[in-house]
Amino acid sequence: MSNLEDLYREVILDHYRSPRNKGELPPPATCTEGANPLCGDEIKIFLDVADGVVRDVRFSGHGCSISQASASMMTTIVKGKPLADVRAVAKRFKQLMTIEENDGTTPTDIRLGDIEALQGVVKYPVRIKCAVLGWNTLLEGLDSTST
Amino acid sequence: MTLDVAALRDEFPMLSRRVGGKPIHYLDSANSSHKPNCVIDAMSTFMREAYSPIGRSSYALASEASDAYEGARSKVAAFINAYSPCEVVFTKNATESLNLAAQSWGRANLDKGDAIVLTHMEHHANIVPWQMLAKEKGFEIRWVPLTPDFQLDLSSLDQLLRGAKAISFTSMSNVLGTINPTRELCEAAHAAGAIAIVDGCQSVPHMTTDVRAMGADMLAFSSHKMCGPTGVGVLWAREALLAAMPPFLGGGGMISEVRLDDFTCAELPNKFEAGTPPIVEVIGLGAAVDFLNRVGMTEIRRHEIEMTNYAYRALTTRYGDAITIHGPTNPELRGATFSFAFRDVHPHDVSQVLDQHNVYIRAGHHCAKPLMRLIGANATARASMYLYSNESDVDALVDALDDVSTIF
Repeated sequence: MSNLEDLYREVILDHYRSPRNKGELPPPATCTEGANPLCGDEIKIFLDVADGVVRDVRFSGHGCSISQASASMMTTIVKGKPLADVRAVAKRFKQLMTIEENDGTTPTDIRLGDIEALQGVVKYPVRIKCAVLGWNTLLEGLDSTST
Repeated sequence: MTLDVAALRDEFPMLSRRVGGKPIHYLDSANSSHKPNCVIDAMSTFMREAYSPIGRSSYALASEASDAYEGARSKVAAFINAYSPCEVVFTKNATESLNLAAQSWGRANLDKGDAIVLTHMEHHANIVPWQMLAKEKGFEIRWVPLTPDFQLDLSSLDQLLRGAKAISFTSMSNVLGTINPTRELCEAAHAAGAIAIVDGCQSVPHMTTDVRAMGADMLAFSSHKMCGPTGVGVLWAREALLAAMPPFLGGGGMISEVRLDDFTCAELPNKFEAGTPPIVEVIGLGAAVDFLNRVGMTEIRRHEIEMTNYAYRALTTRYGDAITIHGPTNPELRGATFSFAFRDVHPHDVSQVLDQHNVYIRAGHHCAKPLMRLIGANATARASMYLYSNESDVDALVDALDDVSTIF
């Protein structure tokens, strides 16, 4: 089952079994909902943004191991980061998932850490949307907080 | 007589397909079925040797093709025991058939103050067309609830039908496998002065269908789930009903006269078949009906009951409480479609692991979100069988689930 080991890396299963930052944040933190209408996965991203920095982040909802692990890893990397860095990481991640091209504006030295483990998802195109659900919802949340 | 499944499988070329050097186990027939050689050959031969537009040209080949097309209509009519071939309308798929029912019959008959009845186990194709029309017209949609053992709860049916103009319901749930008491529902509808529209997508491919015996007024089903090609569906309706319904799609083929200020419709069933129809696909559907008749619908149903028993026993013996099979436990009350939850593993992860073993199932909400909410799941894994499914397919499923346990 070597192929599946590529997809279900231990670090992914670890985040799936023990998700980080799972839960909710009370207002004034914002709450953004995302859904994958094809598979029924649903996610909520709670964001506490102040002075251009993601001070805190939580996620809730349900979905497959890939969507849950990806959201969990995402929270650990964006927490405490300036908004510009968060957007750059999100962009880098979407490039990793092959759904966004590198237009040269994203520094290639951005480190994704554990999230790189999700690279195996690319071989399973239908699962890419699972991996990016949390990220797209996060970006939507950032757009609504900054306007 | 039991089916010679091994011989039947030889007639389905896709079933001998290998992926990664290993055989495939196709358990997604509730989604779409594979096609036997006779269907593939009928379509290919027609395109190679007899292809022609139908209906409007006077040359010999056109009338030959028209005869083949109308011959397929007669086969379909006989297959469901329709009163006349003119009651059989070819559509794009069953979804279009139900949209036709809503947009033609519904638009002409439903207004503010009216009501129709649907059930909690409907496919989106039998919900959304009615909701679209209800938003526009303002009629009420009432819902037949489910019992705890996944049957329709008919205790309040008469009350729900009071004053309703139609009930539209599935004859077999695509998620639960539940076979509904179609005849009883049609009788109750008629007693209340309502018409009965049946979504037969899941039952027509798997058991004998007799529209007269069930007492339905309309029946929608699709070709691609019954060994026929994609691209064609059927709406059967009583002749008097079709005759009174306004046309659905306008265009060539469905008119008898067009002037600058008006048009008149063609006779049935052409009135509902605007534009060039899926001629090749209809020929294929005709061949699929011949195939199913040769195999025998009674034998198919019996085989699927046996497979249901086998699968139920195999899954519960190996996994006990770790597997939850949604739907009735009595195989006589259900089709060979199993939605299940395996431990707490997400259905997409289950199907991903099964895919690695060439076990092909469906994971998701199965286009029945209201029902999924009742089950309390966002998604389920679903294994569904057909006349060509065998014990080896079930064994492969059962064994592959072990690997799901290993990873998660």
